[in-house]
Amino acid sequence: MPRRKRSLGGVIPYLFIFPWIFGFLVFTLGPLLFSLIISFFDWPIVGKVRFIGLGNYIDMFTDDPLFWKSFGVTIKFAALFVPLNIAVALGLAILLNQKVRGSAIFRTAFYLPSVISGVALAMIWAWVYSGDYGILNYFLSLIGVQGPNWLNNAHWSLVAMVVASLWGQGSMMLVFLAGLKGIPKDLYESASIDGAGKLRQFFSVTIPMLSPTIIFNLITSIIAAFQQLTLALLLTGGGPLKSTYFYAMYMYENAFKFFKMGYSAANAWFMFLIVLSLTFLVFKSSEAWVFYEGEMKRKPQKKAKSSGRGRSS
Amino acid sequence: MKRVVVYGLLIVCSLLFVAPLFWAVTTALKSPTELYLFPPKWIPSVWKFGNFADAWTIQPFNLFLKNTVIVTLLSTLGQLISCTLVAYGFARFEFKGRDLLFLIVLATMMIPWEVTMIPQYMEFNYLGWINTLKPLIVPSFFGSAYYIFLLRQFILTLPRELDEAATIDGANKFAILVRIIVPLMGPSLILVGVFQMMSCWNDYLGPLIFLNDQSKYTLTLGLSQFKGMFGVDMQSIMAITCLISIPPLAVFFFAQRYIVGGIAGTGIKG
Repeated sequence: MPRRKRSLGGVIPYLFIFPWIFGFLVFTLGPLLFSLIISFFDWPIVGKVRFIGLGNYIDMFTDDPLFWKSFGVTIKFAALFVPLNIAVALGLAILLNQKVRGSAIFRTAFYLPSVISGVALAMIWAWVYSGDYGILNYFLSLIGVQGPNWLNNAHWSLVAMVVASLWGQGSMMLVFLAGLKGIPKDLYESASIDGAGKLRQFFSVTIPMLSPTIIFNLITSIIAAFQQLTLALLLTGGGPLKSTYFYAMYMYENAFKFFKMGYSAANAWFMFLIVLSLTFLVFKSSEAWVFYEGEMKRKPQKKAKSSGRGRSS
Repeated sequence: MKRVVVYGLLIVCSLLFVAPLFWAVTTALKSPTELYLFPPKWIPSVWKFGNFADAWTIQPFNLFLKNTVIVTLLSTLGQLISCTLVAYGFARFEFKGRDLLFLIVLATMMIPWEVTMIPQYMEFNYLGWINTLKPLIVPSFFGSAYYIFLLRQFILTLPRELDEAATIDGANKFAILVRIIVPLMGPSLILVGVFQMMSCWNDYLGPLIFLNDQSKYTLTLGLSQFKGMFGVDMQSIMAITCLISIPPLAVFFFAQRYIVGGIAGTGIKG
C-alpha cells in the first residue's frame, strides 16, 4: 500500500529525533518559559504564591545592595578573567605550535588540570593559597616578598579566583592550537618576503586568521565568567567582605538558601539577557574585525604590505 | 637562541601547571608532622601510603564511589543511545522543519543552566526525585545538544552509498543505523563517551542541588564536605583529591588522541 508507506516515511525521522524533542520540551523550553513566569511571582518553596508583576525586578534594582554587589564582583571578575584566559590559552598554543620536540608532553601538562573536577581543583588551590604553609607564598618569599593570606584578604581574593580559574584553560588552548595549525604557511612566507618581522606577522597574519576562533573563545569565556560558582562556594563562600560573592552565587543562595524561587528566577533571567546582549555585541563588533577565509575568493591581499616598519618592538 | 627561549618558556609554563598537582600528591603522602612546615617540604621523608586508606574511612567513600559509578555509567549510556538516534535522524533524513529544529538544537547550547535550574528542581520535586540519583541520570536519556551536533557532523562524513546499498538489500532505517553507521562511528562515540564520563564524574553543582542525604552523595560532594569538617588533616583531603582524580586522568590518557582531535575538530568544549 503505497500511501501508507509514504505516511510512515513521514513519521520515521521524527521517531529518531523524538528523544531530543521530548527532552527539549521537558528540560529546556518548559523550564525556560516557567522560570520567566515565576519571575513575576512571589514564589516561596512552601506557602502562598502571589503575583507581583515586575516586583522582583524592581526590588532587584532598587532595594537589594547584594544584587549590585554581586553583579559588580562578576563584572570585575570577567574583566580580569576573559582577556587573561584568551591571552594564556593563545600564548600556550603559540608556544606549542613551534617546531619543538616532545610537544605532546607539554600539551598534556597544560591540559592536565582541565581533566580533574572543579572540587579537586578548588581543594588544591586552597592549599596552594594557604597564607602560612602555601607554596605560592613560599615562592614569593624566595624573592623577598611577604605574600598575603590570599583567600582571606579582600584585596587579593578575587585575583586568586582568577588565577585558579586560568588553571583550567586546557580546552581553549586546544581550540587555538587547531586554529593555528589551519593557517596556511605561505601567508607567513609572503609576509616575510614583504619584510614583515615576527611581531608584524603575528598582528597581520596570525590574529586575522584566528579571529573566528578568538570570537568563539571570547563568547565561551564570557559565559563561563558569569557562571562562576563552584570555586567561590568551596574556596571562600563568597567572602571575605563579599569580595568573591559572584552573581551565580547570589542566584544560588536566593533559590536554595532563602527559597525565594521567583526572585531567583528573576535574577537568572536578568543574567540571561546580559549574556545574550554581550554575545550579540561581540558578534556585531566582530563584523568589523573578524576575517573569514571564505571571503578570500581572490588571491589573498597581502596585508603586510607596508614595508617592515612594524618590526621594531 | 630562539629555540632556547621557546623550550625555556615551555618548561617554566609546564611547571606552573603541574606543580600544584605534584604538591597535592606529595601532600597526600606526608606524615602529619611534615604537613605544616615553612618552607614546605616537597618530598616527604617517609612515604605514608596508608594515608589513602585512612582518608577513605573518614566518610563512607565506598558508598559515594558506588553512587558516582552508577550515575556516570547510566548517564553515559543514556547520552550514547539518545544522541546517536537523534544525530542519525538529523543527518540522514529530509523532513519538514529539520533545519529549524537543528538550529534550535544549536541555540540551546547558549542557554545558561541557571535559567532552567529552578523549574527543573521543581519538576523533580513534583516527581519525588529530589534526593535520588534520577535527576542526574534521566535527562541524559534525552540527548544533549553538543553531543548531537558532534555525532551529526561525523555521520555526515560517511558516504551515502553505504545506506543505499543496504536499502537495496532490504534493510530498514533502524537496521542501517545499527549495522552500518554505528560500527563506523567508533571514534566519535568514544569521544562523546569520554566527555560525558568526565563531566559526570566531576560534576558538583548537580549533586549539590539534587541530593540531600549523605547516603546519596557522590565523590565530589564527599570531598567538598571536608571543607566544613573540623580536624580533618590536609593529607587526608589531598589523598581523596588525588584518588577521585585518578579515573578522569586515566580516561584522558587512554583517549587523548580522540579528545585532542575532537576539541580541535568542533572548536567547542564538552
